[in-house]
Amino acid sequence: MSEWLTAFLIAFGAFLSLLAAVGVLRMPDVYTRLQAAAKASTLGVGCLVLAAAIFFEGLGITTQALLIMGFLLLTTPVAAHMMGRAAYSAEVPAWERSVVDELQEGQSQLKVTR
Amino acid sequence: MTAFLWNLVLALVWAFAQSRFTVAGLVVGFLLGYAILCLGRGPLGSADYCARLPRLLKFLAFFLWEMLLANLRVGWDVLTPRHRMKPGIVALPLDAATEGEITLLACLITLTPGTLALDVSSDRRFLYVHCMYIDDAQRVKRHLKSGIERRLLEILR
Repeated sequence: MSEWLTAFLIAFGAFLSLLAAVGVLRMPDVYTRLQAAAKASTLGVGCLVLAAAIFFEGLGITTQALLIMGFLLLTTPVAAHMMGRAAYSAEVPAWERSVVDELQEGQSQLKVTR
Repeated sequence: MTAFLWNLVLALVWAFAQSRFTVAGLVVGFLLGYAILCLGRGPLGSADYCARLPRLLKFLAFFLWEMLLANLRVGWDVLTPRHRMKPGIVALPLDAATEGEITLLACLITLTPGTLALDVSSDRRFLYVHCMYIDDAQRVKRHLKSGIERRLLEILR
């Protein structure tokens, strides 16, 4: 039972990581690339680490796995947010087929004058 | 919060009492600890926690499900040759008031694939979110507001 669960988690995690990698190559602009790189890999690595915890049991591995997942969930969104924000304030152009930009219309002080 | 720490301690005690320390043992211990805290809610003063944990678990389940769905959606777009997405940045009007609530909401929104929190307006009334699928900006905003924000505020308040 636990072996099947481990196998499924590893396969699914590896698949998601592959998706993230292909996404970075295929997406058209910075923001969509960030989306592909940051999200799929979080869930992917989460699945892999969980699989390790279930397979090896043991106190050390379980706590390490939980810690890794906790820190992953804490740091990935912050990093993705900061990179996106930096890209926007450096006026990196979005994909030409983007639909709306309400940040441009809003009174955000993000657009720095240079 | 103290009730939650007690529950963790009880879970650890249960897991250590088993012949081998396993994740399953930890989960069982946590459930047993929760039952104890619920039974003794009067003398232990854990009534609030007792009511809060099921809502927290429901939120976690909802969030994981949402994350999985969005992952598949983005994954489909990555793998198929045509780009189906319509990316853009929408201004999400915020009900979350304190800095902590806004931070948590921005983190959760960033964690779901297809949405990326970019900035908060200086008066804290709008969160600017980069979305990958905007067929109708109003519908995207309604979805985010009634889904993740409402549920997050439900467990925080």
